[in-house]
Amino acid sequence: MNLDLAPQYVAFRDECRQWLTDNHPGRIGSMDTAIGFEEHRAWEKVLFDAGWSVPAWPSVYGGCDCDLIEWLIYEEEYWLSGVPGRVSANGVSLLAPTIFNFGTQEQQDFFLPRMASGEHIWAQGWSEPEAGSDLAGIKTKAILDGDDFILNGQKTWCSRGAFADWIFCIVRTDPEAERHQGLTYLLVPAETPGMERRPIGRLDGEPGFAELFFDDARVSAEHVLGGVGQGWAVAMAAAGSERGLSLRSPGRFMAAAERLRALAANVTDLDPRLRDEVVDAWIKAQAYRWNTYQMAADLMEGDEIGPEASEGKVFWSELDLELHATALRLMGPMGEVAHAGNDWLDGYVFALSGPIYAGTNEIQRNIVAERVLGLPRR
Amino acid sequence: MKFSFTDEQNMFRETVRELFADRCPPDAVRQSWDNDDGRVPGLWAALAEMGVLAVLAPEAAGGLGMNEVDLVRILEEAGYAGVPEPLVEHVAVAVPALAEAGHAALEAAIAGDSTITLNLSGEVIVGAAADAVVHRHGDTLQLVTEWQADEAASIDQSRRLGVLTDITAADPLDGADPDLAFDRAALGTAAQCIGVARRLLEATVEYVAERHQFGKPVGSYQAVKHHLANVKIALDFAAPLVYRAAWSVAHDDDPAARGRDVSMAKAQASEAVDLAARQALQCHGAIGYTFEYDLQLWLKRAWTLAAAHGDVRFHRDRVAAAIGI
Repeated sequence: MNLDLAPQYVAFRDECRQWLTDNHPGRIGSMDTAIGFEEHRAWEKVLFDAGWSVPAWPSVYGGCDCDLIEWLIYEEEYWLSGVPGRVSANGVSLLAPTIFNFGTQEQQDFFLPRMASGEHIWAQGWSEPEAGSDLAGIKTKAILDGDDFILNGQKTWCSRGAFADWIFCIVRTDPEAERHQGLTYLLVPAETPGMERRPIGRLDGEPGFAELFFDDARVSAEHVLGGVGQGWAVAMAAAGSERGLSLRSPGRFMAAAERLRALAANVTDLDPRLRDEVVDAWIKAQAYRWNTYQMAADLMEGDEIGPEASEGKVFWSELDLELHATALRLMGPMGEVAHAGNDWLDGYVFALSGPIYAGTNEIQRNIVAERVLGLPRR
Repeated sequence: MKFSFTDEQNMFRETVRELFADRCPPDAVRQSWDNDDGRVPGLWAALAEMGVLAVLAPEAAGGLGMNEVDLVRILEEAGYAGVPEPLVEHVAVAVPALAEAGHAALEAAIAGDSTITLNLSGEVIVGAAADAVVHRHGDTLQLVTEWQADEAASIDQSRRLGVLTDITAADPLDGADPDLAFDRAALGTAAQCIGVARRLLEATVEYVAERHQFGKPVGSYQAVKHHLANVKIALDFAAPLVYRAAWSVAHDDDPAARGRDVSMAKAQASEAVDLAARQALQCHGAIGYTFEYDLQLWLKRAWTLAAAHGDVRFHRDRVAAAIGI
């Protein structure tokens, strides 16, 4: 064990911090509005041009070959600096690992640089009206016709789906096959004729997600990722990323915990019960950090993230809620007032979705019980 | 930056684990309750033989010259086994304090010829049959060698308590820092809490997989699964704070940072072991509530260790002060 940062990591941290300070774009619109989406895309390009959009990727695709420790440091500095969030997160965190694992050379060369620069912003098209937690119940059909698949069906709850350029979908290519069989991972351009998207207003009214309707929509078979019929295995590889550290690094929660601490420090006559809640949330952010560094050490030794990623998903999503709910309580009657300076309110609304997306926390707890602890499935 | 234990540390832990499994099974713990001194016969000597008592003593004094990072998982194993000896008190606190003070009692302490316990923050001492007590006296530590104490019965039969009434002979331990001693005690106790929580969880997972109701294992019911998943999550996010605190105690010269890290660890470890004990009892049902069934060994250890050397509230307050709220 060595918890000292080696000089090159200290220098890396300084470099991150300096760049973020010098290039902070100030406040931009919500990424879930038409204008804000494009402002966020422009921010992605600024990051990309400086080499900071995907630091952990190989330089050939626009990254800077950071190791895991550097990436964690980068994330800590990124969120602490208060620059805008990442509209590219679905693609970079969830799809990219799958493309690196399963994509052909052509797919990697085409998609990865465009994802890194913000030219392609991705949405996830997995859930359907009848396939939420029970993802294997997917019904959207894709039938091969010449060099194309013809898609019919419906996807829903596609985050960023209202404005995204591409959607990574799981579709049923073999209608006779049951459940986990006969599924295929397919990359779908948002401008596909026969695909209609309808934005859905989130709790705060913004079109944070969308439903997609496929009516004989034609998608090239070149956009299959990982082989026809292999969709479940390919998707589960990404589910590990979604639950694990690549989607929600500790930096995000450490930054929120620090802002919460500062908020509490400025409250006169702080209620001791509220103070306790602040301290508990602050400690948990540290716990998430050190749990992640422990996992990072294992990964750097060659281990893979297994079902224990589900523990992390429960922990960070509930921590995020705790951080934001505590902040709103600290603000008292001003907590509900929506104004440009009240990021806690937007953050709270977003945090409320955390225990639901990426597999509900009930499903995650089942996974922990069955696949980590080994309890009987039935 | 590398947050993991070395192969040597893992091997040392494994060896100690086997020793405890062999020499300190639940039956031995129960027998110790009926002994005059509350000890497991031969265990202390075996620990001395293995070097466990000398981990924090410098090599020049015949010790292993290791630090808290080496010790933390061994203390975790003591919790896992339910060891009824004042091991944290002796190994994690008294030995380094004697070494730092250059006191002659160190030699017997690491040889296993004596047992030294603690009295840092109150009147109650654990391991009342000890040979000496490291005692906080104002801003200093002293080694109490003669004292009077009234016996007191803990709910946990593995903890022989004494309430200190008089001190009749004591040596000053100049050079030993009482705040560091407290942090070491809290860290060691937090490590034990992690081990106790692991044991409670393992025993419960095993039980609910075997116990059938309505024709299937009770562990297949989602309500039970979620209780135990919550314990696993609490445990896996508390343990890294304990290891991180071990690093701080061993390497951080700033007492404020050290105290903050130790308090984060003890607060989370106390909460984790408390949750583990509650869900272990609940998921066992009535059998877990009996004196005969061994679960009680760890349940009681959970209650007492969660509160020992600062409970959640105490350590949360210390973190609050450290981070300026």
